[in-house]
Amino acid sequence: MKIYVPRDSAAKALGSDAVAAAIAAEAEARGLDVIVIRNGTRGMIWLEPLVEIEEGGARRAFGPVSPADVPALLDGTLEGLGKVDYIPFFARQTRLTFARCGLIDPLDLDAYEAHGGLAGLRRAIAMTGQQIVDEVKESGLRGRGGAGFPTGIKWQTVHDAEAEQKYIVCNADEGDSGTFADRMIMEGDPFTLIEGMAIAGLAVGATKGYVYLRSEYPDAIEVMNEAVRIGRARGLLGADVLGSGRAFDMEIRVGAGAYVCGEETSLLNSLEGKRGIVRAKPPLPALEGFLGKPTVVNNVISLATVPVIFEKGAQHYADFGLGRSKGTMPIQIAGNVKHGGLFETAFGMPLGELVNDVAGGTATGRPVKAVQVGGPLGAYMPPSKFDTPFAYEEFDGQGGLIGHAGVVIFDDTADMLQMARFAMEFCAVESCGKCTPCRIGAVRGVETIDRIAEGDGGAKELLVDLCETMKDGSLCALGGFTPYPVMSALENYPDDFATRKEAAE
Amino acid sequence: MSDPTLPETMAEIFARHRGQEGPMLPILHSVMEAFGHIPEGVVPLIAEELNLGRAEVHGVISFYHDFRKEPAGHHLLKICRAEACQAVGANALTERVLSKLGIGWGETTPDGRITVEPVYCLGLCACGPAAMVGNRVIGRADEAKIEEALA
Repeated sequence: MKIYVPRDSAAKALGSDAVAAAIAAEAEARGLDVIVIRNGTRGMIWLEPLVEIEEGGARRAFGPVSPADVPALLDGTLEGLGKVDYIPFFARQTRLTFARCGLIDPLDLDAYEAHGGLAGLRRAIAMTGQQIVDEVKESGLRGRGGAGFPTGIKWQTVHDAEAEQKYIVCNADEGDSGTFADRMIMEGDPFTLIEGMAIAGLAVGATKGYVYLRSEYPDAIEVMNEAVRIGRARGLLGADVLGSGRAFDMEIRVGAGAYVCGEETSLLNSLEGKRGIVRAKPPLPALEGFLGKPTVVNNVISLATVPVIFEKGAQHYADFGLGRSKGTMPIQIAGNVKHGGLFETAFGMPLGELVNDVAGGTATGRPVKAVQVGGPLGAYMPPSKFDTPFAYEEFDGQGGLIGHAGVVIFDDTADMLQMARFAMEFCAVESCGKCTPCRIGAVRGVETIDRIAEGDGGAKELLVDLCETMKDGSLCALGGFTPYPVMSALENYPDDFATRKEAAE
Repeated sequence: MSDPTLPETMAEIFARHRGQEGPMLPILHSVMEAFGHIPEGVVPLIAEELNLGRAEVHGVISFYHDFRKEPAGHHLLKICRAEACQAVGANALTERVLSKLGIGWGETTPDGRITVEPVYCLGLCACGPAAMVGNRVIGRADEAKIEEALA
């Protein structure tokens, strides 16, 4: 009998290590032949620790399981959830990027291969660099880090650049609140990221890759380092990738707690060992990136999606989605939510369906007041905008952005003036200091919102003006997008910015 | 005040990172691991090893939240301040924890046992409020769970 207990850090945070230990101890005491496998998470965080028992080729799920439930679990008397695939939250998904996450031991390369892994890389090895780039272009894949830039076009630029050395840099500095897809795939299916980076290396002629992984993710760092070690030992990485005669190797680099390093140019500076200060563009990193060499900088999910595109074909991937948002998006549903977790689906599902139907509304059972989509730099969407389809252009049209697809739900106790203030405060703490609108604007923003809170209604006009300056004058998205949460809070929740003054009068 | 083993430890750290491209952050992480903070005395040594000015090394150290100048308390407790955790009461939890310990953000209890720092997202956004003690993560954190982790 095999028993799966996730090692994902969300599962660990809810006690999965203790459950795994209790299962091993109880099985030994009973003399049962049990193999405990530490898999990734299936992404249904409200059911974690979610334990699966595999017997006779079928897996049955139980959750949330506590150590006290273990005797009943092994007796067969614990009430279960049935097969994971039939749980509605799971059954409604289209899992392409996350197909293996939670299914296998993340460090078992044979299991990875048995579930479709390495097929994409083998196909890519037989192609020319240009053919690989064309395949990515055809898939319609756009950067999943937030900006949504077509991945194939970025690769083309690096492919066409002449240089002795080129690099693949994976942006794993997933600092946006409400996002955890990068963490989940690195902890749950690390070889898919490695495979994607190797394909990128073959495409553009890069022999070296780096994953810049934030220090706040110690579990992901551990799994990725181990996966790279195994990849080298098994010939997936090194001088002769899967016997192709072509080289690609990679290293995991750990960040140091600076949010701004999620911005690609500041990430490159940090990787080079400098202060994580934003660089002006041009030159594009594709031409002058890491150490001044042509560099592909892609988000974890962009790179981790490449293997399935090559395994199933670009057209298969492009057939999902809406308009120019092709394929699937791993949406992370978080905050005050009943059924939170990772929900991978084709682009186009209306926001309200995600929030109310898929996620079941708030955990507190109170009405939803606001949903912040796209991290700390994303807009607060009120329920009146819930018919907006989840896709790049559609959100843009509503004054929002999907970013890295984090969806954070707030109930009606949320104070949107305080949330706007927090956005400015966060920008002030994390600003790299290079450009004035961000460095000083964020500090003035906090002060201006405090004036509004104290009843100075005239300061609202000043805040709008400040937001416009930050939006137009900042070098990167930190200063440039902080106005999104601030302005959306001000526009969609005017009562939160007015009541105190009225109450005072 | 200065640690007599410092030059020797640093020589070992430098040897480990020679050949890496952009070795500054890996070196600083190794220093954190060895000393629990970045002792002032390492700055000239790193400057010499990497052929940089001392000011440049100092500039890098001071830019990043992780590189502390003073050792933290025996336990380093990080509580998430980001939006998803705020949506489930992180601010109230923080207030209770800090007032019980009698310290503010970034401070250490007088007995040197606990340092509390803010963190902006641990990727545990569907099971907040989130906290971390050392490398141990805590989901749906409350005072009891935090106390248990600090025990």
